[in-house]
Amino acid sequence: MNGENVVKIEFPSRSSNEAYARAAAAAFAAQLDPTMDELGDIRTAVSEAVTNCIVHAYPDEIGPIYLRLRILSGNVLEISVKDHGRGIEDIAKAREPLFTTGGEERSGMGFTIMESFTDTLRVRSRPGKGTTVTMQRKIRSRGGRS
Amino acid sequence: MDISAVYSAGRLLIGVKGELDQHRARQIKAQAEEQMDVFLPKECALDLSGLRFMDSSGIAVILALRKRMEELGGRLILVNIPQQPMRVLEAAGIERLVPIGVRIGEEAAQ
Ligand SMILES: Nc1ncnc2c1ncn2[C@@H]1O[C@H](COP(=O)(O)OP(=O)(O)OP(=O)(O)O)[C@@H](O)[C@H]1O
Ligand SMILES: [Mg+2]
Repeated sequence: MNGENVVKIEFPSRSSNEAYARAAAAAFAAQLDPTMDELGDIRTAVSEAVTNCIVHAYPDEIGPIYLRLRILSGNVLEISVKDHGRGIEDIAKAREPLFTTGGEERSGMGFTIMESFTDTLRVRSRPGKGTTVTMQRKIRSRGGRS
Repeated sequence: MDISAVYSAGRLLIGVKGELDQHRARQIKAQAEEQMDVFLPKECALDLSGLRFMDSSGIAVILALRKRMEELGGRLILVNIPQQPMRVLEAAGIERLVPIGVRIGEEAAQ
């Protein structure tokens, strides 16, 4: 596939939208002809990033979440999830396995899972302003693409 | 009900279907704990064969159910884990924390 394709979706931080965001990403990624495992990884990475916005960025309110999906050259899917929520004070610490500010209901494994299911993960955040998580994943396995 | 539960001879088989994300986690955990408290089983097997999707919210649920079983003097095992949930469990290193049982029949998932 040549040239860039991109979609942008905005939705409120309601937990019922988690399933929608995963499905939208999987539907967009389908044009790269991914395997079942690759599709599962994409759905999982999106779910983790979107859930973090819902749980951590907007703990006491409903705010906007921006999901951008892009296809880059070389069969790479880029997933960007942005919020205007609370932000992260210490990004390195937040990315450590088991680190959580979420108590019993969270395991602190979201960033670890996103990292292991994508090739690159970038986090930009400003306390009080919001957070953007950008991930790239090369889709490789199935042959026959033009 | 979001789960199914079958009890026999000290063993509780809980089936979880559909998608286990943050949206459904609280309810699934509460319903499973309720069944554990009713039957006080020696062993609880979580049958994940009907699970189409799970993320880290599911890991927190599994760890909470494991803790509850330990409080009851029993243990939790996972059985019939589909590929996507298995990859998540592996990425989080959970397969070392909760024993994974042998494949069993589908009766709990009905
Ligand atoms: N969008 C965000 N806005 C504000 N804080 C965030 C955001 N995403 C992550 N964080 C912070 O980073 C921490 C680690 O995130 P991570 O996803 O790894 O774990 P978790 O969400 O706490 O638990 P889990 O993902 O296992 O349910 C969170 O506890 C939270 O403090
Ligand atoms: Mg998380």
